[in-house]
Amino acid sequence: MDAEVVIRFENVRKAFGKKVVLDGLSLDVHRGETLCVMGPSGTGKSVTLRHIIGLLQPDSGRVLVEGQDMRTIPRKDLIALRKRMGYLWQDGALVNWLSAGENVALPLRENTTLEDAEIRRRVQERLELVHLPDVYDKMPPELSGGMRKRVSLARALVTDPEIVLYDEPNTGLDPEISMSINLLIRELARKLNITSVVVTHLVSCIRVVANRVVLLDAGSIVLDAPPEEFVASEHPRVKRFLRPPHD
Amino acid sequence: MKRILASLLEFVRLTGEQVELFVQVLLRLHHTWKRRALIGDQLYVGGIKVLHVVLLVSFSMGMVVSLQTGIELSRIGQQDQIGLIVAVSMAREMGPFITATILAAAVGSALAAELGTMAVSEELSALEVLSVDRTSYLVLPRLFALAVLCPTLTVLGDTVGIVGGGLVARSQLGVGLELYFDSAIDALQTPGVLIPIPKDVYIGLLKSFVFGIVIAIVSCSAGMRTSGGALGVGNATRAAVRDSIILVIILNYFMTWAFYQQN
Ligand SMILES: Nc1ncnc2c1ncn2[C@@H]1O[C@H](COP(=O)(O)OP(=O)(O)O)[C@@H](O)[C@H]1O
Ligand SMILES: [Mg+2]
Repeated sequence: MDAEVVIRFENVRKAFGKKVVLDGLSLDVHRGETLCVMGPSGTGKSVTLRHIIGLLQPDSGRVLVEGQDMRTIPRKDLIALRKRMGYLWQDGALVNWLSAGENVALPLRENTTLEDAEIRRRVQERLELVHLPDVYDKMPPELSGGMRKRVSLARALVTDPEIVLYDEPNTGLDPEISMSINLLIRELARKLNITSVVVTHLVSCIRVVANRVVLLDAGSIVLDAPPEEFVASEHPRVKRFLRPPHD
Repeated sequence: MKRILASLLEFVRLTGEQVELFVQVLLRLHHTWKRRALIGDQLYVGGIKVLHVVLLVSFSMGMVVSLQTGIELSRIGQQDQIGLIVAVSMAREMGPFITATILAAAVGSALAAELGTMAVSEELSALEVLSVDRTSYLVLPRLFALAVLCPTLTVLGDTVGIVGGGLVARSQLGVGLELYFDSAIDALQTPGVLIPIPKDVYIGLLKSFVFGIVIAIVSCSAGMRTSGGALGVGNATRAAVRDSIILVIILNYFMTWAFYQQN
């Protein structure tokens, strides 16, 4: 693919104390592409996403987003860049004392001068997009895990981001909702040319959304392939991950 | 030796973080009006939580001071001074300290637990990513509310403390209420050098104001630093209460020293 590179990892190493999580990770994500990241839990998939949004810095190597080095980027540019990005948190990360709707509204209320009515309209639109038309006034503790996650997705999308990072978008959802989220991710990517990185361990998800799939294991990429090829791969690590041996 | 050095370094780092957080809040003081709804919530929740405790404790402390000093004073025939002693000790020391301790235990701990829970459930990271200014959104309203609550509750506490002392003076020591309150009000008449309110009152309030800020900064900083799940939240809460009470005691001494050394 010769499309423009939006996200680039150059030989990134990241350790927490003695525990090395990313160990020479190199990766490119192109404009408009949907990249799925698979891997056993605890290998650093979430850590990878956090590098892209600038919450974590590599110990060595570089992470470039839109050509900007996330280690040296000035705070002002980082904020501007983040406004063009959406992040779906693995556990939703909703603010507990705000209603679902106000959670989604939060970035608009904090960073724009839009009228209340317009904010409510946009929020409601995003809530409907994630199939939650009636939750505006519900408080997060009243919602199920899957609903909180979809509210979090609505919040990630409310600012019309160009890059969206999804941390396990369909874990904890029932199969039907899970598939509708997959379709939504694909639709967003196609219609709005959003660049997406999707962390998942569901083959059903990569079949629908992915242009490319990578397997992250032991801190670096084991296989980088289109979804059909990935699923059919005979690579031993991929095989073990997708079809763990039974005993 | 190494352990002592490490904990000393940790202490310096922590203090640095707290000072920085305070400065960051000061730089955002102009957001106060924008945050009025959040400040209102904090005032309401905090006030409701501690008002009755402050009143109860202050009332009984006033009674205790009155009884203790009253017994001694009547021995030397000076029981008409009870009002003075109770009023001065409530306004200068007891009132601010009682209120600060209760606020640290009830409001500071809740605040650290709340922000700590947000930290470990990634809500704080989420706010950061959404470019929500956390100092302005979370810390400023809490600090402002505590800085207002602490002196306000102190005034109320002082008042009921003095009243409590008066009741004891009358019933246990045979000092008339009129005499008691005359001497109490008289005692608080020493005017301030710069400000027209009585010195003992405004210094007490200044102390409470500082204590309120200290409790807010220490608790917010402990909460936002939290890591390590539910256990981490517990640790942060404990550290917030412990550190803010220690800091209140230390600062109290220095402020007393600074304001009263010449007299
Ligand atoms: N802030 C942190 N401090 C210490 N260790 C961390 C931190 N974040 C992640 N880790 C560790 O990094 C490893 C990878 O975590 P993560 O990226 O969340 O895994 P996953 O691939 O399941 O998303 C885990 O072992 C985790 O304990
Ligand atoms: Mg993860």
